[in-house]
Amino acid sequence: MTDEKKMPKTPMLDQLETGPWPSFVSGLKRLAKDETKPYSPMMKDLLGQLELSYETRKGYWKGGTVGVIGYGGGVIPRFSEVAEQFPESSEFHTLRIMPPAGMHYTTDVLRKMCDVWEEFGSGLIALHGQSGDIMFQGCSTKNVQPAFDAFNDMGFDMGGAGPALRTSMSCVGHARCEHSCYDEPRAHRTIINEFLDEMHRPAMPYKFKFKFSGCPNDCTNSIQRSDFAVIGMWRDAMKVDQKEVQAFVAEKGRSYVIDNIITRCPTQSLRLSDDDTLEVDNRNCVRCMHCINVMTKALAPGDDRGVSVLLGGKRTLKVGDLMGTVIIPFLPLKTDEDYAHLVDISRRTMEFFMDNALEHERTGEMIERIGLGNVMAGIGLPLDPNMVSHPRTNPYVRMDQWDEAVAEYEEGRKSNAKSNGDQGAKS
Amino acid sequence: MSARRAVESGVPELEPYLHPLLKKNYGSWKWHDRPRPGVLHHVAHSGDEVWTVRAGTQRQLDVYTVRALCDIGDRYADGYMRFTARSNVEFMVANEAQVAPLIEALGKGGFPVGGTGNSISMISHTQGWLHCDIPATDASGVVKALMDELHEEFIHERMPNKLRISTSCCEINCGGQADIAINIQHTKPPRINHDLVGNVCERPTVVARCPVAAIRPALVNGKPSLEIDERKCMCCGACYPPCPPMMINDPENSRIAIWVGGKHSNARSKPSFHKLVMANLPNNPPRWPEVAAAVKGIIRAYQGDAHDWERMGEWIERIGWPRFFTLTGLPFTKFHVDNWRGSRGSLNASTHLRF
Repeated sequence: MTDEKKMPKTPMLDQLETGPWPSFVSGLKRLAKDETKPYSPMMKDLLGQLELSYETRKGYWKGGTVGVIGYGGGVIPRFSEVAEQFPESSEFHTLRIMPPAGMHYTTDVLRKMCDVWEEFGSGLIALHGQSGDIMFQGCSTKNVQPAFDAFNDMGFDMGGAGPALRTSMSCVGHARCEHSCYDEPRAHRTIINEFLDEMHRPAMPYKFKFKFSGCPNDCTNSIQRSDFAVIGMWRDAMKVDQKEVQAFVAEKGRSYVIDNIITRCPTQSLRLSDDDTLEVDNRNCVRCMHCINVMTKALAPGDDRGVSVLLGGKRTLKVGDLMGTVIIPFLPLKTDEDYAHLVDISRRTMEFFMDNALEHERTGEMIERIGLGNVMAGIGLPLDPNMVSHPRTNPYVRMDQWDEAVAEYEEGRKSNAKSNGDQGAKS
Repeated sequence: MSARRAVESGVPELEPYLHPLLKKNYGSWKWHDRPRPGVLHHVAHSGDEVWTVRAGTQRQLDVYTVRALCDIGDRYADGYMRFTARSNVEFMVANEAQVAPLIEALGKGGFPVGGTGNSISMISHTQGWLHCDIPATDASGVVKALMDELHEEFIHERMPNKLRISTSCCEINCGGQADIAINIQHTKPPRINHDLVGNVCERPTVVARCPVAAIRPALVNGKPSLEIDERKCMCCGACYPPCPPMMINDPENSRIAIWVGGKHSNARSKPSFHKLVMANLPNNPPRWPEVAAAVKGIIRAYQGDAHDWERMGEWIERIGWPRFFTLTGLPFTKFHVDNWRGSRGSLNASTHLRF
C-alpha cells in the first residue's frame, strides 16, 4: 500500500462534478480516495492520466495481448503510453462478461460482482458496453485470470472481442413487454450458447453480431447495430379491442386520434368509423407498431407470431454505415423445432460469412460486394420480393439463366410453404 | 495462480435474476401506460400489475454507486433490478404504494428519475479517453456535460417523440445512429511516424484498410514505411487502429460534427441514417460548451415545430431541409452534399421544392 500517494490535481475533471446528472468523476474519485482498498493507487494514477488527456486532448492507451487460459478473446488489453508518469495504472485491462439476457440482476449477484472487482480490479464497472457486455474496467495483467475465475465460478462467462462472434443483446421483451412476439431471452441464449467456440476462439474474417428485438420498435437497435437482427413479427391480423378503441377516442377526442394515429399510418391502413371503432386493412399493414405504441390498451400484435431476420447492419468503417436488410420475412418461433431452425439458419449464415468474407469485412459489406442473390443462394434461403425496396432499375445484368431462376423461385416457394405451414404460400 | 480452465457456460440463465412477478407473467403481458415520467405500469393477462421506475446513471459506475443502487433495490424494490440499452437502471415493484418511496430514494441518491416516453433518454456512448485506444475525444465527459444541460428533458416527457442522442469519439461511430449524433470528424490527414511503421504495422493490412486507396507502401529515409496521397485522403482514421503511427488524432484539427435524423425503430417511417448538419465545432473539454449550444439549438427547433409523434428525421422530412436550416440557423455548405458511393440517390431528382 502506497500510503504516500497523493490524489492528483484534476482541475478540469473537477468541473464535471457539478450539475444534476450523476458524475463518473465523483465515482472515480471515491475509488481513488478509499485508501483501505487495493485499487486506490491505480485509480489515483488513472485520474492523473485522464486529466492529462483533458489537458492535451489526446488518448494515451495502447492495445496488446492479454487473455485467460483456454480463450483467445474477451479481454480488452490496455497499456498506458504514459506509464512513467502514472505507473500504478500502466495496465488497465477490461474484462467483457456476458450478462443474463435483458440485463436483469439480483442485488445479491451485483454485490458479489462488486466484491470480486474490489479484490482484483479497479472497482470501476460499465453497465453496459455497446455490445451488451458488463465491462469490468481496469485490471492488471496478473489479476485478469483470478478475476475471470471468480466471475466464472459465479456462473458468468467471457464475452466476445476481436474478429469473433460478439456478445449479444435482447430487449426486455417477454419479461415485461406486451409487444413481444417471441421469447427473446430464449433465442438469445440458445443461439449464442450454441456458438461459443466462435466467440471465445476468434477465427472469423471480422466481428459478427446478433441482436434480438421483440417487435419492430427494435429497442436493441438491431437493424443497424448487428449483422444478424432478429426482430419480432406477426403475420395475421393485429388484435383490436373495439371497446378500448372507443374509450380511447372518448378520452382523447376524434381529432387527436385522426391526427396522431389514423393519418400517421404509413400505408393508410387505418380508418376511424362513425361509431368510433377502428377498421384495419391488415393486408397492407406493414407492422410498423405506431398505432399499437399509442393505443397500448386497445391494439396488439396478432397471434401468428415469429421473427423477421435482417442481415448486414454495421457502423461506419469501412464503406459507411449500413442497415441490415431482410433475408427472412417471417419465421415462426414458437416450438422447439422453430428455435432449432433459427439456430440452423444462423449457423449457415456464419459459415457462409467465414468462407466468403474478406479480412476485416462485415456481412453488410460482403453483401454489397457479392450481391444479395449470391448470399441467399449460399446460405440456402429463398428470395422474396419483401427483400427489396423495388426490383432492379438498370438492365446491366446477364439473364440467360432466367428459366433456371424461375424454377428455383418456385421450388423455394414450395419449401417455404412446407416449413412455415400453408399460410405463407397462399398470400 | 491455479491453471483453471474456464467453464464455457455462455449466457447465464435468466430465471435466477428475474423479478418473481416478471417470471410469473413471462410472455403474457397485456398493456402498459405511464403514470408519470420515469414510471411504467404494466398489466398482465393474469391481472397482475408491475410498476417500473427508471433512473439515469453515469454508466461508468464505481462499486460504491452500484452498492448504493443495490441498497435501494433491497430496501424498496424486492432485491431486483435491470438495465436498459442506454444504461438506465430500472426497479420493478408489485405495489403502486412502493413507487413514491422508491422515487424519493433514487432522488436522494442523485439518480434522476425519467427517460421514459417522449423524453430525451441517456446518451448512448463509447469509452473515450478513459479506456479506448483510438479516441479523439472523451465519451463519459461529453455525456455528463450534455446530460447536465438536458436533464430537464430527461425528467419530463415534453418532446414531440422520443429523442435519442449518441456520441462517438472517432469516425467509426460506435455510438450508433441517433436523432442527434455527436461524432468526431478529423480534418487533416494522419501524420506518419516513419520510424515506427516498419516495426509496428503490417503494411498490406493498413493499405487494404483505407476506404479510398490513398495509402501505399514506401521507403522513407531508407526504412519501410507508408505514404498517403493527401489529395485522396478524407481523414477517416481507418488506418490508425491497425497502425498507431498513422497519427490521426490531433488536439486542434480533430473537430466535432453533428448529425441528425437517424432512427432504428420501424414505427411510422423506415429506419434511417443520421445526416450531417454541422461540423468543425471545437473539441473543448471539460464541458464542450460549443457542442452543447449547437445541440440545444437543434432540440429547441424540433421541440417548437415538430408535430406529435414525429421523430427528428420525420419532422425534417415533412418541413424539408431548407426550412430545417432556416429554423436552426445552421449553414448549408458543399460539405452537406454527399459525394460518397450511392450519393446521387440523396440529390433531389424532382421539382418538389419549398420556398
